[in-house]
Amino acid sequence: MKILVAVKRVIDYNVQIRVKEDGTGVVTDNVKMSTNPPDDNAIEEAVKIKESGKASEIVAITVGEEKAQETVRKALAVGADRGIHIKADGIIEPLAVSKILQKVVDKEKPDLVFMGKQAIDDDCNQTGQMLAALLNWPQATFASKIEVKEKTLEVTREVDEGLETIEVSIPAIVTCDLRLNEPRYASLPNIMKAKKKPIEQINASDLGVDVKPRIEQLKVEEPPKRKAGIKVSSVEELVQKLKNEAKVI
Amino acid sequence: MSVLLIAEHNNKEIKSFTLNAITAASQIDEDLHVLLIGHNADEVAKSLSLVPNVKKVIQVDNEIYENYLAENFTPVVLKQAENYSHIVCSANTFGKNLMPRIAALLDTSQVSDIIKVISADTFLRPIYAGNAFATVKSSDAKKCVTIRPTSFEAAQTSGGTAEIIKADTHEAAKNTKFIKKEEVKSDRPELGTARIVISGGRGMQSGENFKLITDIADKLNAAIGASRAAVDAGYITNDHQVGQTGKVVVPDLYIAVGISGAIQHLAGMKESKIIVAINKDGEAPIFSVADYGLEADLFEALPKFLEELNKLNTIQK
Amino acid sequence: MSREVMEYDVVIVGGGPSGLSTAIKLKQLNPDINVCLLEKASEVGAHILSGNVFETRALDELLPNWKELNAPIKTKVTKEKFLFLGKTKKISWPTWLLPKVQQNHNNYIISLANLCRWLAEQAESLGIEIFPGFPASEIIYNEDGSVKGVATQDMGLDKEGNKKDSYEPGIELHAKVTVFAEGCRGHLGKQLIKKFDLDKGKDPQQYGIGFKEIWEIKEENHQEGLVMHTAGWPLDKSTYGGSFVYHAENRQVFLGYVIGLDYKNPHLSPFDEFQRFKTHPSIKSVIEGGKRISYGARALIEGGFQSLPKMFMPGALLVGCDAGTLNMPKIKGSHTAMKSGMIAAETIADHLKENKNLSVYEDKFKKSWLYKELFEARNVKPSFSWGLILGIIFTGIDQILFRGKLPFTLRHKHADHQTLKPANKMPKIEYPKPDNVITFDKTSSVYLTGTNHADNQPVHLQLKDKDLPINFTLEKFDEPAQRYCPVGVYEVQRENDKDKFVINSQNCIHCKTCDIKEPSQNINWVTPEGGGGPKYGNM
Repeated sequence: MKILVAVKRVIDYNVQIRVKEDGTGVVTDNVKMSTNPPDDNAIEEAVKIKESGKASEIVAITVGEEKAQETVRKALAVGADRGIHIKADGIIEPLAVSKILQKVVDKEKPDLVFMGKQAIDDDCNQTGQMLAALLNWPQATFASKIEVKEKTLEVTREVDEGLETIEVSIPAIVTCDLRLNEPRYASLPNIMKAKKKPIEQINASDLGVDVKPRIEQLKVEEPPKRKAGIKVSSVEELVQKLKNEAKVI
Repeated sequence: MSVLLIAEHNNKEIKSFTLNAITAASQIDEDLHVLLIGHNADEVAKSLSLVPNVKKVIQVDNEIYENYLAENFTPVVLKQAENYSHIVCSANTFGKNLMPRIAALLDTSQVSDIIKVISADTFLRPIYAGNAFATVKSSDAKKCVTIRPTSFEAAQTSGGTAEIIKADTHEAAKNTKFIKKEEVKSDRPELGTARIVISGGRGMQSGENFKLITDIADKLNAAIGASRAAVDAGYITNDHQVGQTGKVVVPDLYIAVGISGAIQHLAGMKESKIIVAINKDGEAPIFSVADYGLEADLFEALPKFLEELNKLNTIQK
Repeated sequence: MSREVMEYDVVIVGGGPSGLSTAIKLKQLNPDINVCLLEKASEVGAHILSGNVFETRALDELLPNWKELNAPIKTKVTKEKFLFLGKTKKISWPTWLLPKVQQNHNNYIISLANLCRWLAEQAESLGIEIFPGFPASEIIYNEDGSVKGVATQDMGLDKEGNKKDSYEPGIELHAKVTVFAEGCRGHLGKQLIKKFDLDKGKDPQQYGIGFKEIWEIKEENHQEGLVMHTAGWPLDKSTYGGSFVYHAENRQVFLGYVIGLDYKNPHLSPFDEFQRFKTHPSIKSVIEGGKRISYGARALIEGGFQSLPKMFMPGALLVGCDAGTLNMPKIKGSHTAMKSGMIAAETIADHLKENKNLSVYEDKFKKSWLYKELFEARNVKPSFSWGLILGIIFTGIDQILFRGKLPFTLRHKHADHQTLKPANKMPKIEYPKPDNVITFDKTSSVYLTGTNHADNQPVHLQLKDKDLPINFTLEKFDEPAQRYCPVGVYEVQRENDKDKFVINSQNCIHCKTCDIKEPSQNINWVTPEGGGGPKYGNM
């Protein structure tokens, strides 16, 4: 079995993002970038499946600028076998990414495609589902547990009400929740070895996918600051306000 | 131009999120139709028809829709989509799972998780976990939009007279099977989705004192949160942590007790609808974001608070 | 337990200016030498914080074509100011009357973090293996006592030190020569200085704590290329310190404050002095209407020549501020750190080729301009132990009239942890509350540093005696850790009517001030899990 894992390079989750004054986006120059956190879970799960003997190859793929390769390199350091970097600059919307991935799936013919459930930069939460639609494959989103069976996967999903379990036949798309596993650290010798693993570079334009954004970002701004309300003088007053004014209890 | 909203429900009643989404959807266009896919959900159809903002209810009934699978729902929606300019639903796990599958097949770039309708093609949505707001304009002919429910009021549920029409079902997907659903067992709601959250900070002074918070949480059916300081001090486990490195919560009511309001904590709760702060330090930064601040010793205020709650005839759950 | 071993010719600990310069120079001298560089930050540059007005002398020697290579060195100093501040007044000191070492017209305003990122690219293009996110946590010795290499930190230990599922043991890196380039108060450098008695006959090392904020200011207040320094208010006359205000590109101002850690009053809070400083009319007028976008702090070396330890030992060298090559009167340590690394590289290349003893490092050092610079600067800092006024008068005589060639050397008498007076003997200082416009509290400041350490790992700020803070230091010095820590890692909390010493180690920005200033030397800073600590951008 072959697993394709899609990873994205985003601003590190610890970095306090800063909105550009001209409203065109957020500052990314000299800002620490990392792999989108749930994508790390996706790689980890693929590596675990391979370690259990149920998969034979893991291919890590990313779409983005030259430096996006770093995320593929990291995936290689924790257990992916080879990498693919689709070069594309600027904002690539989930729809375009899923069309690119569709082309790659056609060529690579993986049995499973894993990725994080959502990227922490644009917070779209679309790519996995879109790819599933384009391929007409089943989708198991927000996975917190994956059991690989003969020709199917049993996936536990994190939904609002609790947990839902579904069975999808292979080939399938799985998007991963942070609760799925604890990603391993890349060891130094493995980082060394990863430097020697191959990463194939392909220009997005060569795939014949139109990556032009369909959504125009008119303005990016800081969220409005919350203003202080009132001070109440007693618990009685507080409860009355909550009941009658705010109507929340 | 008409809007088609996909309802979320459990075949018995509408999920409250859907009512919030209805408000947003009718801001896009008043000609709002609701698509109800389910099984034996006549009651739901009826209650939807009573929502004044809803102009038509399209009901699709089959046992294959008893449980919700995106693979089964998608062809039904696609069939209906022809007649609409916008396909919308709420941006909870239901809508997040379903809508992109529809959008991709309509060749539409989806607009996720909007918090404001600016015009029929322009929306405000949070990015970077709410640390920035983006104003975006969709150029697609048919637009797919998901709506953050907490940013819109719930629609009224009576007075409407929408007609209910039946529509065709579709074949069941072969490659996906529903197995089971486990509602969260704990009596206490999940921190991430609770309507009310009550959190304690370092001011609680010990793990035992969190009992004061637990008692109130029981009364209000609230989830229990904590600041990082309280977690670091060992008063409570870190799955309760609210903040930049913990959970981000957006409840209707957030009660911060003995929490000074370090910016890391504020990052995790400042989007809450109503914030209450109880702290004996009147200068604590938490008061700068609180709608209602009570400057008091929490060890006196919390028992009193419970006492007052017990006096109320009804409490919203 | 045997750990995996990797062998190199040279292992360098630390990806700052000295370590990267060592690496680059080594490869230039002999491309066949295989070099590995470890960096504890998540990426090179993320733990670098510096003013910085950069003198290109060392870089001109190392990479003469740095301009063609598009080094991030763009803003030339165009104007200089030096102000003495009173509470509301100021006196401007004519720049022609400043000692030559404090004149900057050939220098550049840069971000040292960005320069290091660029140096790392140059190093990698020469074939150097750089491993960010891997702190060297332990020194490995040969049987004969010489340094054999280092071990990296174990990853995936829980609070109690038990292995988690994600446990990944550290590995040993063995080298013919190990270079320690950890910067000021390196935690391995500290051990080496002790073990090999490298500071024998030297004065105690002197330190300062430096703060830096980056502000994006209004166009009309910005003068790209302007360098301004101040002395005086808000510090009292017996406390050594001063500020810098550098107008960099893109309407940014690098604003900072340095305070000598030999201060005496335990009630003094360096952080709050810095915040208060910004309220001075001459500073406030610059940043008003602007926005603070970065914050950070780092200890720096001030001891200079008298405190510089021996920099070689069997199997290893110290470079940059792991030894202490900063030139205090110049307020510059980057070019000196780089130069020390380049000299170290020459020494190592000779050593590997001709088996020359590493003590050659010292001879080469003594023949270099670096030595001359540090020698001439040596008397400035100790003269300020007489107070600001006498210090300035002496510095004028020493630096302007004699150009540092006075025939005597003033001594540093005390280590910084020995200088605090008992709390009840010193005046309390009332600091104004932050206004959240010009001045801020520690928590909102640490937020800007992007600092985090993975949850559930051993606390990397170790107390030798865990009861000492409450039983002794609180009573005697009002536990100054609450104040000298620039991000509020240390707190004394009242809990059930008992005092409790709390260490919020997750907030630690790796400045090392606690390791230096704790009066009983009770705090030992060790490396946390790799990648932890701040994520500075262009600091």
